[in-house]
Amino acid sequence: MRGSSVEQAIEAGEAPRDGRGMAAAKGLLKMRETGLIAIILLLIVVMSFASPYFLTWVNIRTVIMAFAVEGIVVVGMTILLISGGIDLSVGSVTALAMVIGGWLFLAGFDPWVASLIAIGCCTAVGAFMGFFVTKIGLHHFIVSLAVMVIARGICLLGTGGRPLGLYTLPPEFKFIGQGSIGPIPVVILTFLAVVAIFDILLRRTTMFRKVFYTGSNERAAAYSGIRTKRVIFATTTLCSALCGVAGVIYMARFGSAQPTFGLGMELNVIAAAVIGGASLNGGTGTILGAILGAALLSLVSSSLALLDVSVYWQDIIRGSILLAAVTIDLFLNKRRG
Amino acid sequence: MDDVVLKISDVHKSFGAIHALKGVDFELKRGEIHALAGENGAGKSTLMNVIDGILAPDSGTIFWNGAAVTIASPTEAQKLGIGLVHQEIALCPDVSVAENILMPQTNLSRKFFVDYAALEAKAGEVLRQLADIDPRARTGDLSISNQQLVEIAKALTLDCKVLILDEPTAALTEREAQLLFGIMRRLADQGIGIIYISHRMVEIFDNCDRVTVFRDGSYITTMDVAQITPPDVVKAMVGRVIDDLYPAKQAEPDDNVILSVRDLSEATRFRDVSFDLHHGEVLGIAGLIGAGRSEIVKGICRIEGEVTGEVRLNGKALTLRDYGDSIDAGMVYLSEDRKGSGLFLDMSIAENISALDLSRISRRGGMIDSRGERERARALGERLGLKYGKLTDPVSSLSGGNQQKVAIAKMLSVDPDLIFLDEPTRGVDVGAKAEIHRILRDLARSGVGIVVISSELPELIGLCDRILVIREGRISGEVAGDDMTEEAIMSLASVLEHEGADA
Ligand SMILES: Nc1ncnc2c1ncn2[C@@H]1O[C@H](COP(=O)(O)OP(=O)(O)OP(=O)(O)O)[C@@H](O)[C@H]1O
Ligand SMILES: [Mg+2]
Repeated sequence: MRGSSVEQAIEAGEAPRDGRGMAAAKGLLKMRETGLIAIILLLIVVMSFASPYFLTWVNIRTVIMAFAVEGIVVVGMTILLISGGIDLSVGSVTALAMVIGGWLFLAGFDPWVASLIAIGCCTAVGAFMGFFVTKIGLHHFIVSLAVMVIARGICLLGTGGRPLGLYTLPPEFKFIGQGSIGPIPVVILTFLAVVAIFDILLRRTTMFRKVFYTGSNERAAAYSGIRTKRVIFATTTLCSALCGVAGVIYMARFGSAQPTFGLGMELNVIAAAVIGGASLNGGTGTILGAILGAALLSLVSSSLALLDVSVYWQDIIRGSILLAAVTIDLFLNKRRG
Repeated sequence: MDDVVLKISDVHKSFGAIHALKGVDFELKRGEIHALAGENGAGKSTLMNVIDGILAPDSGTIFWNGAAVTIASPTEAQKLGIGLVHQEIALCPDVSVAENILMPQTNLSRKFFVDYAALEAKAGEVLRQLADIDPRARTGDLSISNQQLVEIAKALTLDCKVLILDEPTAALTEREAQLLFGIMRRLADQGIGIIYISHRMVEIFDNCDRVTVFRDGSYITTMDVAQITPPDVVKAMVGRVIDDLYPAKQAEPDDNVILSVRDLSEATRFRDVSFDLHHGEVLGIAGLIGAGRSEIVKGICRIEGEVTGEVRLNGKALTLRDYGDSIDAGMVYLSEDRKGSGLFLDMSIAENISALDLSRISRRGGMIDSRGERERARALGERLGLKYGKLTDPVSSLSGGNQQKVAIAKMLSVDPDLIFLDEPTRGVDVGAKAEIHRILRDLARSGVGIVVISSELPELIGLCDRILVIREGRISGEVAGDDMTEEAIMSLASVLEHEGADA
């Protein structure tokens, strides 16, 4: 768990050589999260000079809203990456939740029941992938690539390729996507809750520690009595289940179910997790880092939009940020030489 | 002076706060076998990595045939004629043995087309001198000792002028080690300089010409092996005299049985294995590589393979589904493959030590008590004399021997009823080895079952009260007390001498 929690960095100050304070400061400096926060703050300062509109509550809320729901998927992806897996199907599975939920609602189901069934279906899709990975022995990449295409096909098939308008969704259901408690949108509250819960679970519980062991060295984990297949099955399923949750929130937010929703989402989500310190080799990563990565990507997009930069440039710049973040990290963490 | 092929002068190397080499000197002559000794973490492997161009020294000079050189990469080292067999096995598991052996050749070749047939023939030839390994086998399927032999063969195919062997025999049995020594002597006679790193005094005294000792990153002395005795080397290494390498044995046998195994069989690898482990005794398991020693033990713990037969621990018949159940029952296994299946190299020391049973470091609700975790790790580290910077450092930053201590600490962390240790002192220095032996004996005395697999016969004989010998997947005999001699064990272990008797 290289460069994980703040607390670890602080408590790690056991070296007698340079007192606790110094060591803690050094640990903080080295951490991915600190760097990301610094870059984000810098960007905010620069942008607030460039555009007076930038630091308004309306804009801040828009920026957060832009990545909040996707952030829930980032959480699932990060945990899956730590366990050594990867999931390319997140975009399609999120759309699948919308389509199943929307279709059931139109078929007369209560929207809450429809949502639960939709999340259940996504969880089943995750379990299906987990089965192929752990029991059949295929690679995550291949299995999720196939499921990405299959799930998208199901979405298009079920809707004939047209969005489902869900105009009659009751207001109390729309509330989870559109409502606010005080000044804060429910979506952001949900997102923060998911992040907080999984961040604590991941850093503090034995259950999720096994995810790190498994991703770090699956054989050694098996030789420590950890049921690694179960761990991988669980993280694969969890990621898809969180896609289901995200899909339902999107459905409530847009009041429609779009079969083509989430195209290219997997790249954004993986990029956020990796910028935040997750490794594709497994064993490392934090929720906080991944969310900061997502925030950075979203902030950059909205900044560029505010500055009237062409969307094509936005892609180029986002890709470059990903490369830069990973390269810098490699040099900072290099132990040898 | 002109027969000095390699000379190291005042080399420094730091890793962050750790000063691994504090201005060391070293000199290697053509045609000599030069042993390098020192405790775990003394800086031996670090210096070898500097010589091989893997690590850049902070300061200091390397002289090659009298001329100062900078070696910036292993390729440059290979071009000079330096071959290094790493302490940790570094092979590509998914390709064939031959391809692994040919890797440096292919790397060095300037020709566009490589004559694979010729290279393969050469690889096969070198390999045959060492062992009976199929060059076309998938490398990852070989046992650790065979992988070690492949590593050695890889270096031997290079036409090197200096050959470095970093603890090559740690994973080998006596017989293979002797083959290796024969080859080393032949190469030395051809004028090749050999640096030989080992923690085993016998090997140094039987095979080497000179010995250089490092302590804590500093050069201590270089001596002619012919003029000294092992205690001289040990004293230079640790700065004091170590007199009892092995603790006193069990005073008198105890009839209480801790573990009883009956008719344990597996499809192909072992059959009808039955034995008892008594209270207070340290039981050894000997045998040639491939005899099935590790497999039997892994079978008992349900780590690998479908086994049939009965296993009773402290009188209770065990029905285990997998290794997790075995740990819960109090039976743990220390793997011989430290890097591949023993440790999480990129995770912290503390996290490694607690991996076996997380419930011990958790509070209510499965929350991890990090402070408690580090406290446990610190206590176990102290008990084993572990040398480290911080408990949150990754295990990969430790020297080989200290990594082994972390692996042992991991076993002890669950207070097991029975520990199977597969090569427990591999790569561990003399002082720490004596310490580990003492700990094992204390554990046995306090009622913990101890079963040790080792390829180092003197260790088995010195440590154990009784030794089972395995041959071709069966127990071929048992020696105890004064009957435990290398000859007795070897004759029970080897195939040839028994073929007639079996028929
Ligand atoms: N990559 C690294 N990062 C940090 N510290 C390191 C690294 N490599 C080695 N060290 C430290 O340098 C010191 C010397 O290590 P080295 O591996 O050279 O010891 P050694 O003499 O080969 O020991 P052993 O007999 O256990 O193999 C140790 O304290 C070790 O922890
Ligand atoms: Mg070493």
